[in-house]
Amino acid sequence: MENGTGWMSETMRLKVGLAEMLKGGVIMDVVTAEHAKIAEDAGAVAVMALERVPADIRREGGVARMSDPALIEAIMNTVSIPVMAKCRIGHFAEAQILQEQGVDYIDESEVLTPADEAHHVAKLAFKTPFVCGATNLGEALRRIGEGATMIRTKGEAGTGDIIEAVRHLRAINRDMALIAQLSEMELMAEAKRLQAPYELVRYVHEHGKLPVPKFTAGGVATPADASLLMQLGAEAVFVGSGIFKASDPPKRAHAIVKAVTHYDKPGELLAASKGLGTPMSGIAVGELADEQKLAVRGW
Amino acid sequence: MAEPMRIGILALQGDVALHQARLAKLSVEAVPVRGADELAACRGLIIPGGESTTFLKLLEAYALGDPLVAFARERPLWGVCAGSILMAAQVQNPAQHALAILPITVRRNAYGRQNESFIATFPLRLPGQGALEQEGVFIRAPQVVAWQPEVAVLAEYGGTPVALQYGHHLATTFHPELAEAETMHRHFLALCGGERLAASSA
Repeated sequence: MENGTGWMSETMRLKVGLAEMLKGGVIMDVVTAEHAKIAEDAGAVAVMALERVPADIRREGGVARMSDPALIEAIMNTVSIPVMAKCRIGHFAEAQILQEQGVDYIDESEVLTPADEAHHVAKLAFKTPFVCGATNLGEALRRIGEGATMIRTKGEAGTGDIIEAVRHLRAINRDMALIAQLSEMELMAEAKRLQAPYELVRYVHEHGKLPVPKFTAGGVATPADASLLMQLGAEAVFVGSGIFKASDPPKRAHAIVKAVTHYDKPGELLAASKGLGTPMSGIAVGELADEQKLAVRGW
Repeated sequence: MAEPMRIGILALQGDVALHQARLAKLSVEAVPVRGADELAACRGLIIPGGESTTFLKLLEAYALGDPLVAFARERPLWGVCAGSILMAAQVQNPAQHALAILPITVRRNAYGRQNESFIATFPLRLPGQGALEQEGVFIRAPQVVAWQPEVAVLAEYGGTPVALQYGHHLATTFHPELAEAETMHRHFLALCGGERLAASSA
């Protein structure tokens, strides 16, 4: 087929297929069933269940883990849209539990405290699809090599500062554009440079894009932020703390949904941006010490 | 005079790109439609897969429901998965508003969640043609649980219809854009007047 998924197994096609359906949409972090209902009513294409939104994880500290399955179950019983949930990087037992529970996508996420500093979950073996964060193309292709069927930028979760998501998206785009220009005999050296699987570097060379959808996350707080990332080539947007840490979550959530649909129409963006109340207060990433950054988790 | 064959794809959210690529391969101009003003130039409209609740919310926000129903009176619509839910007369699991363009009742997420998504092969019978093998990719798919007798069943799987035709409208609960075959896209183009146009301009 024209997007080149002929090499994919049946399971991979189904996993990528669901990601295709979420394109042009907004996936919202929710902590409770009540949040999930607000997100669905606002037009979210999916919700992400987690025990605390990233801004709270950042503020409260401690070990952040997979949510209580009872909470995830309550969310699954409340909304009809897909429900995603986070497991810790490398914590394949949490992933097994989430698969058993029947969530629609598992986010192996740097927002939670990593369980393994060297290894990510071997995702191909799972029936449930995985989304993983990436800060650059090599990292994105390593995760796809392990079986991730949706990539999102890491950004810097819980800050409300968009700069890292922009940096990651631009880095991925720049390396993809570079690979498209290379000659065939340069591809192995490029795979070595990126520390990425050769076959996937080759895919990018031939198709000029990732073999799975490329979404964005980390620091989205306003309709304009969402539009910015879409205009930079993101195919859908995750919003974490940006909604439920704002003064009027339903209104802001709906406005961000509209901004993603009309990401390239300034008139619609203007209308969607008006009178939303106070956004999350946020933390400038430049003021964070390196050890406070979440995006450096995983490799 | 033949007007150019331009097909719209409702682009509020969802799987727009693969339909666009497939139509481009068939040398048809496909345009994303996000507003009522963009409908006028289209010979037909595909409502792609995505989330039906998101579609409904945005149809309401941009007052697009009535223009779509008016468009459907004149020109063909093809609802794929979530699109078929939007075009139904009744929706279950949960009950939600729909455009009532097709006299069918659809049950959302009828096979289960993503772990129950599947690929199956079944015969597809288009009007005036023999049975063709069609691969169906079903993603959190809905099921047509009731339909009026004037609805033609083009394909069924597991005892329920998965491809339907009603007048010039189509509905599929699977995703032809995620499979190789171009049969459904070609059939929709024929309903949009490609063939009739070719005959009348001779």
